[in-house]
Amino acid sequence: MNDMTTTTETTTPVLDAGGVTMRFGGLTAVRDVDLKVNAGEIVGLIGPNGAGKTTFFNCLTGLYVPTEGTVRYKGTVLPPKPHLVTQAGIARTFQNIRLFANMTVLENVLVGRHTRTKEGLWSALVRGPGFKKAEAASHARSMELLEFIGLQDKADHLARNLPYGDQRKLEIARALASDPGLLLLDEPTAGMNPQETRVTEELIFAIRDMGIAVLVIEHDMRFIFNLCDRVACLVQGEKLVEGTPSVVQGDERVVAAYLGTPFEADTPEKAEAPAPTEAPEPKAAPEAEAPAGTDGTAKGAEPVAETPGADKAQRTTSTEGEGQ
Amino acid sequence: MTTDTTKTAAVTTPAGTGSRTTGLRRLTALGGIATIAATFLSWTYTDEFPGDLTVYGYPGGLQVLTLVAGALVLLYALAALDIRGLRWLAPTGTTKALRFLALGAFGTTWFTVIAIAVELGGVVNLEPGGFVAAVASAIPLVAFLLPDDTRKASRPKEIPSWAEILIIVLAFGIGLFVVTYGIDTEYAELFTGYMITAGFAVGALFKSGIMARLSVLTTKYRSIAVAAAFVAAAAFPFTQNTDQYTLIAVNILIFATVALGLNIVVGLAGLLDLGYVAFLGVGAYTAALVSGTTASAFGVQFPFWASVLTGAAVSLIFGVVIGAPTLRLRGDYLAIVTLGFGEIFRITVGNLDGVSGPRVTNGPNGVPNIPDLVFFGYDFGESHTILGIELGGYANYYLLMLLAMILVVLVFSRAGSSRIGRAWVAIREDETAATAMGINGFRVKLIAFALGATLAGIAGTVQAHVQSTVVPEMYVFAGPVPPNSAFLLAAVILGGMGTISGPLIGATLLYMIPAKLQFLQDYQLLGFGLALILLMRFRPEGLIANRRAQLEYHETGQLDTPEGTLPDSGVGTVKAGA
Repeated sequence: MNDMTTTTETTTPVLDAGGVTMRFGGLTAVRDVDLKVNAGEIVGLIGPNGAGKTTFFNCLTGLYVPTEGTVRYKGTVLPPKPHLVTQAGIARTFQNIRLFANMTVLENVLVGRHTRTKEGLWSALVRGPGFKKAEAASHARSMELLEFIGLQDKADHLARNLPYGDQRKLEIARALASDPGLLLLDEPTAGMNPQETRVTEELIFAIRDMGIAVLVIEHDMRFIFNLCDRVACLVQGEKLVEGTPSVVQGDERVVAAYLGTPFEADTPEKAEAPAPTEAPEPKAAPEAEAPAGTDGTAKGAEPVAETPGADKAQRTTSTEGEGQ
Repeated sequence: MTTDTTKTAAVTTPAGTGSRTTGLRRLTALGGIATIAATFLSWTYTDEFPGDLTVYGYPGGLQVLTLVAGALVLLYALAALDIRGLRWLAPTGTTKALRFLALGAFGTTWFTVIAIAVELGGVVNLEPGGFVAAVASAIPLVAFLLPDDTRKASRPKEIPSWAEILIIVLAFGIGLFVVTYGIDTEYAELFTGYMITAGFAVGALFKSGIMARLSVLTTKYRSIAVAAAFVAAAAFPFTQNTDQYTLIAVNILIFATVALGLNIVVGLAGLLDLGYVAFLGVGAYTAALVSGTTASAFGVQFPFWASVLTGAAVSLIFGVVIGAPTLRLRGDYLAIVTLGFGEIFRITVGNLDGVSGPRVTNGPNGVPNIPDLVFFGYDFGESHTILGIELGGYANYYLLMLLAMILVVLVFSRAGSSRIGRAWVAIREDETAATAMGINGFRVKLIAFALGATLAGIAGTVQAHVQSTVVPEMYVFAGPVPPNSAFLLAAVILGGMGTISGPLIGATLLYMIPAKLQFLQDYQLLGFGLALILLMRFRPEGLIANRRAQLEYHETGQLDTPEGTLPDSGVGTVKAGA
């Protein structure tokens, strides 16, 4: 099923998660998920809300210890501690921004350097030449990263005072500060306007060009299909499909998972119809649900409520589609 | 320059308002003069009221404080009237400062007058001079009718660097004098008056912006400022004739040093430790047991350097032993567990008396007769004459304790601005994010906890020799005499978490107030409770706020919004131009 993927099996993948299962008591949040990320790849992870994407991320980064399965980074099994995972070379951002709000922008990035510096308490107290050199190097590297994301002029601001988009960027810079081989981004464009999203897209491509593989969770389909080399879709904890953006985009099960299954017999044709357009799901809703042959006018006719029940159903589906 | 012109414009455009403002300022100045003059009168008939306020032409006791407050009102009123050469007093506006000073003068005078009436049994004990003073000191309150002239500080005038350094030295000299005056106050009334005057005066100095200007200077010449501060602190015993107040100063230093150590744990790493005083106790008991006192279970006498190292090491071990299991907890749970361990220490030490446990610490009787320190034949218990000034025994300990405090200050500032210090703050801000950034939370917290314990232990070794007796009751969670865990925490919070000067000031206040106001004893804890509630309501970041906390609690007036313009406005102008 997943052999449509464009993986090259010659090199060890950067990330190799095998059979990852996460149970919370009786609830299985993630069930037997396999995922590979190769060097230089941008992989997307999509799925409806509650599909277990963030849980899967937490399993990868050691915040949760998976009930079953292993996660390998460049061939070695990752230890089940978040700081050791970061040490190994996987950095992440959070869905709800978790910056150190009362530290300055520069300090936030400097904290990201933690795993790549060694100076302990003793050298901080003695302040030998080694300490000064290391601090200067950390500063230089952090400023470099701030320039990379374009926040060098705000280095002395408190992180909490940054505008929302800059906070997202700063979180990425902080993650990059640990010199990762793989960057996990959890909804990097949530709450952004289209321009900011485009800037983020550029940023992620630039990160990929630095030789860092990226695994990104996102709900913005246009963004994900533009960006990713491969996309995996997670539904109810299980991986439904994985492949190139066009494959995933064309898969009716993905559409069904986002929108619900239509009950009319001729749906396959209709589901295929919107595939060429880049964002299928919100537009597909009115069409799939459209009653008796008013395909073209269905969107325009929406405000006119003929049958209250049908109208209501239509509304709920469309809000679901857009609410991602 | 622009700010100046706008300010003048604002004041003078409505012609009537302008002259009214000037009139009010003149009135305030007159009030200041009248207050000064009133202090030269006799306020009461008898010298039963302490300080002897009966003499004409010679202000005494509380009258001196009123005199100072009146003089400050006069100075600032003259500055408000734009008298040449006084404008430097108020870079950011005089009105708020004047209001504070007026309240200070009014408060001090009326407190004195009321105290005379109450203590001597009636208003009849007041001489006319007392009434004159009461009325005169109320006049400056018209400052509250003045329009607010708060403005942005203009660029300070260029002065040569030797003058700037001189200003720093002068400022610390004044600071030393003010603190010394406070410690040397001989009776509760005088101390209360001092607190009123000093409190409002300091508030006024901050409001007038002169403190901000001074802090710019101290940042510019940081090492000189630090040196000046410690020279000023070291000069204190040389101002004393007797040991009485030096002992208070030593205890303040011990308290402040331990509070600063706690500030690493609470202020930087965000670990709420309610049993911190136990580490002071561990250090003190260790030093006591190896001091060679006959009451010790061990018949050894270590030299002081060895006993300091032993005390630090034992505290460190206790810190790790207590920290290792407890630091896996977060927030409230950690507070409860550390509170428990603090009490366990006290109770254990109280039971190691040979009856209910092995005989190590003499139980509740403690370890008495700890000998004085002797360095190369220099006996700390005896008086010595240095530079022609006789220093009592406690002065030696004061200087020793000052060294210990310098050590803690150094540790705090160096650790705070390093990789480990940033990791502490990151853990405090968001532990999950910090671990995701590769910080080993447990390890880093344990380092903070152990470091705090070690510093407290070092302070404890000196404390044992100063007190010459250690008993378990010195190390309780909450008690009338600082240092105890609750007061240590209060000192940190009152002064300002995460700062160096904050806990020092907090500890000074928390030690001096109960020491000076003996009559408050029964209401002391009530008073502190109220004070802390008020503080949390009006100044949650503490008396001395670090930049971070200042911004955290006060959203408006942010210090680090970019110079005048919003980031977007630049884009806007470009677009408009194009």
